[in-house]
Amino acid sequence: MSSVLNENFDYGQLDKIIEQHEPTAVIAILQDIQEIYRYLPPEIFPYLAEKLHTSESRIYSIATFYENFSLDPKGKYVIKVCDGTACHVRKSVPILNYLREELGLDEKKKTTDDLSFTVETVSCLGACGLAPVMTVNDEVHSGMTPESAAALLGSLKEAL
Amino acid sequence: MNNNFMIIDGSPVPIEGEKNLLELIRKAGIEMPTFCYYSELSVYGACRMCMVENKWGGMEAACSTPPKAGMEIKTNTPRLRKYRKMILELLLANHCRDCTTCDKNGKCKLQELATRFDVHRVRFDNPKSEPLIDDSSLSITRDANKCILCGDCVRMCNEIQNVGAIDFAFRGSNMKVACAFNKPIAESNCVGCGQCAAVCPTAAIVIKDDAHLLWQQLNDNDTLAIAQVAPAVRVAVAKEFGYKGENVMGKITACLHRIGFDLVFDTATGADMTVMEEANEFLERLENGGPFPMFTSCCPAWVKYAENEYPELLPNISTCRSPMQMFAPVIHEQYKNCGKKVLSVAVMPCTAKKFEAARDEFKDENGKPYVDIVITTQELIKMIKQAGIVFEDIEPEAIDLPFGTMTGSGVIFGVTGGVMEAVIRRVSDDKSISALRNLAFEGVRGFGDIREFELPLKDRTLKVAAVNGLGNVAKIVERIKSGEHFDLIEVMACPNGCIGGAGQPFASTHEKHKRGENLYKADKLCTLKFSEENPLMKELYSGMLKGREHELLHVNYVK
Repeated sequence: MSSVLNENFDYGQLDKIIEQHEPTAVIAILQDIQEIYRYLPPEIFPYLAEKLHTSESRIYSIATFYENFSLDPKGKYVIKVCDGTACHVRKSVPILNYLREELGLDEKKKTTDDLSFTVETVSCLGACGLAPVMTVNDEVHSGMTPESAAALLGSLKEAL
Repeated sequence: MNNNFMIIDGSPVPIEGEKNLLELIRKAGIEMPTFCYYSELSVYGACRMCMVENKWGGMEAACSTPPKAGMEIKTNTPRLRKYRKMILELLLANHCRDCTTCDKNGKCKLQELATRFDVHRVRFDNPKSEPLIDDSSLSITRDANKCILCGDCVRMCNEIQNVGAIDFAFRGSNMKVACAFNKPIAESNCVGCGQCAAVCPTAAIVIKDDAHLLWQQLNDNDTLAIAQVAPAVRVAVAKEFGYKGENVMGKITACLHRIGFDLVFDTATGADMTVMEEANEFLERLENGGPFPMFTSCCPAWVKYAENEYPELLPNISTCRSPMQMFAPVIHEQYKNCGKKVLSVAVMPCTAKKFEAARDEFKDENGKPYVDIVITTQELIKMIKQAGIVFEDIEPEAIDLPFGTMTGSGVIFGVTGGVMEAVIRRVSDDKSISALRNLAFEGVRGFGDIREFELPLKDRTLKVAAVNGLGNVAKIVERIKSGEHFDLIEVMACPNGCIGGAGQPFASTHEKHKRGENLYKADKLCTLKFSEENPLMKELYSGMLKGREHELLHVNYVK
């Protein structure tokens, strides 16, 4: 579908990603895009549909099927608190509650308004021996407590 | 001895190239229940209603299992009955059960199978979920809460029509059929062909109902109600009334008079004008060297599709309005000073016509649409029933003057290849019966995806093609872009042409082909075969249309 392009959006970056993949490898292309923007900006959908010879609704279908893709902008620091069985029994919930309270977030609102922090849960990071675990932008922090989470959050805030 | 057979419910059934067990079972005369199987769509295997039991007690979905010699299956065992009933009960568990007030009441697959499998108790509360209506489109209305996620609409839109306006979104219990970003369907690239509604087993997607609007405006003494009836309608109505007739135009005319129309005309007359104009335009293009190929413009869903996908091809699309939109301004001119309010109604096999009628291009000098209301064949049938007319008994009537004549060329507009055949008849030098017969066999008729052939005209050979369904457009556009030359290409958005339009009553592919044959039969019985022979054309072109052809009969879609 010929759609109106957003002048302020850098489509050149998308072209580079598209070039590196087969046009049918929609998931890989979306992953690479998410790598750059930390989410899937709405601008990419009509553009990809045209370039990949598919429909916008098909790409939307893929993007909403996988938990990994986000259609909402994410914070600079994405904090994932593991709530798998091992982490849960070793008290991951107080850590999660602390972070949410501190940042004014909840189950529905996952990202702060200034786009600094996103707090999510994951079902298992596969590091049960280090429970309770959380990650900050894919960097793993093990054996967490609400106190150590507070210290970590403090240092992240300073680094903003 | 032929060993290529399998045992279905104890009887041997020969395997003759069937793709799956389901087809074989149907061949054996057993009606398998399914929601998600259509022979023309890919196999999805979602509904699990067509499960069969093999001799070891294993269960297989018949739609997605290929037949194998020596296989033994049963289609109706206590276990299967129990499972099917359970599936239905679970589907009904979160489906609105207020059947009596539903648009699909009496035609709903879910209702039909629930009756067939004796589901008379659902152990869950009636969710009575509020309808989740998207009525943004002028062609179809969606109610997401009546969706059973069979995916028929999604596969129709993607695989057959190649439009891709809708798809599944989200997953698990949140899954639904949606446009990108949950946008209303009118904001998507939907072309309004309505084929999704034609395959929807429930009322999740239905044709937008304009019949109630029409009832409100009929039977007013100050209104002159005029109907025009498209060619494809006349061959699709009889079966719905259990009437054994093929072409029932006479009865339809009588019904429309009875319903409250003062005048009933035949859109085939409009089609004759289209033939005149389109042939002229084609000859002009031949003289001026293009642009080629010239695409036909009768199908509003195709025009919309071209606007969405191939804006660069818009100059190639004929500037001729569709027959409905040629006829409507002529009707408007004829009656604008009649002293009454004119209500111009079109009875069409098509959902996209509802959208076409509302386009800005087709409004009169006061900004009023030339066609006030479009009702589909299905809505017409509903209105005939509501009026209490006994279809079997009503005596056929002739269409009204002054637009009482049409030709065979106009009638065949309703079937794929028909517009092209009519235009060729007009431009061809040889007007003998044998030339007509030859034309019919040279490839213009039939139901192939893209039918192309060559045609001598004066000192050159024309290359023409008929594209049957939007799904085949991309193929021919690719060939054009790679340099292949075509002179004239007809495109009809719906497979099989207007006879297979989404506004028609549901029919199998075989029944749709039968409708096409009946239109060709009607053509054979027409005294006049060539549009230019229609005395009305001579009268119009020397009268009302003189010098105003372009204003009244043409349109420019190029923005």
